[in-house]
Amino acid sequence: MLRQGSAHSKASDAAFTSSARLADVSQADAVGVDDDALFDSVTPPYVALDVEIPSDVKQIEPIVSLVTEHCRALHLPRRKCSLNIPVALSEALSNAIIRGNHEDPRKHVRLRATVSDRALVFDIVDEGRGFDIADVSHDPTDAESVMAEDGRGVFLMRKLMDRVEQFKGPNNVVRLTLNR
Amino acid sequence: MSFTLKKIGDAVVVDVEGQLIVGNRQELKQKVLDELEKGERKFLIDFAQTGYIDSSGLGVLVSLSKKIREHGGELRLADLNDDLQTLFELTKLDTLFQIAETRERALEGF
Repeated sequence: MLRQGSAHSKASDAAFTSSARLADVSQADAVGVDDDALFDSVTPPYVALDVEIPSDVKQIEPIVSLVTEHCRALHLPRRKCSLNIPVALSEALSNAIIRGNHEDPRKHVRLRATVSDRALVFDIVDEGRGFDIADVSHDPTDAESVMAEDGRGVFLMRKLMDRVEQFKGPNNVVRLTLNR
Repeated sequence: MSFTLKKIGDAVVVDVEGQLIVGNRQELKQKVLDELEKGERKFLIDFAQTGYIDSSGLGVLVSLSKKIREHGGELRLADLNDDLQTLFELTKLDTLFQIAETRERALEGF
């Protein structure tokens, strides 16, 4: 597991561990290896971030902040760094911590960000069985749903990312792809 | 991330500094509900200093709006930046809330 380099802030240091408790995300690699957005690059894709955080929702904000710092350094369009990535990533991490790991302090969530010429790919890995994203089909903007207090997370991920995928194996992997 | 409450005229104005997300939404909810319990009925949440809001943050705004209305009060929002405005439009929550461009506009006629 790679550690974040010079850009990471003091505030986010606490979010980093060197643990390798989670299985490698190779299960996702195996499925997504022909992913054009990631691998059809002039220069090879590289892992910009690979961290593991405890199952505590308080850890989401510092790690998302770290990722958005990276995005700005990549000169992505402003809105992708200030809206698309932070909101979609918060949703995925929140799902992994709450619904995947049930906020169990003994469990961790791994985030791996891979950058290519064409896209940013985020793999969010939890230790639970997760819930099937494909089963989430309701539209929270329907008249009968807009007053609901929840049910917007997956909708926002889909709206703000170019692709949302899920791979199930020893761990639950949600992959968010955002074209650059 | 912090929430600052102050009374301006008859309204309780809440400044959201930083993010409104799953990790802190309960704090905002409790602070507003405490004021509602004390008898306050007019609330304005100002997002001038806000970064982003996740679905949990949006959910707490919907929840507060309902509870305030149940008590005969009103919740208004102000100062959404372009990103937040987009978020409200995507979720159609812009149709649910009274959203003003500025705090001053929101307080007019409150």
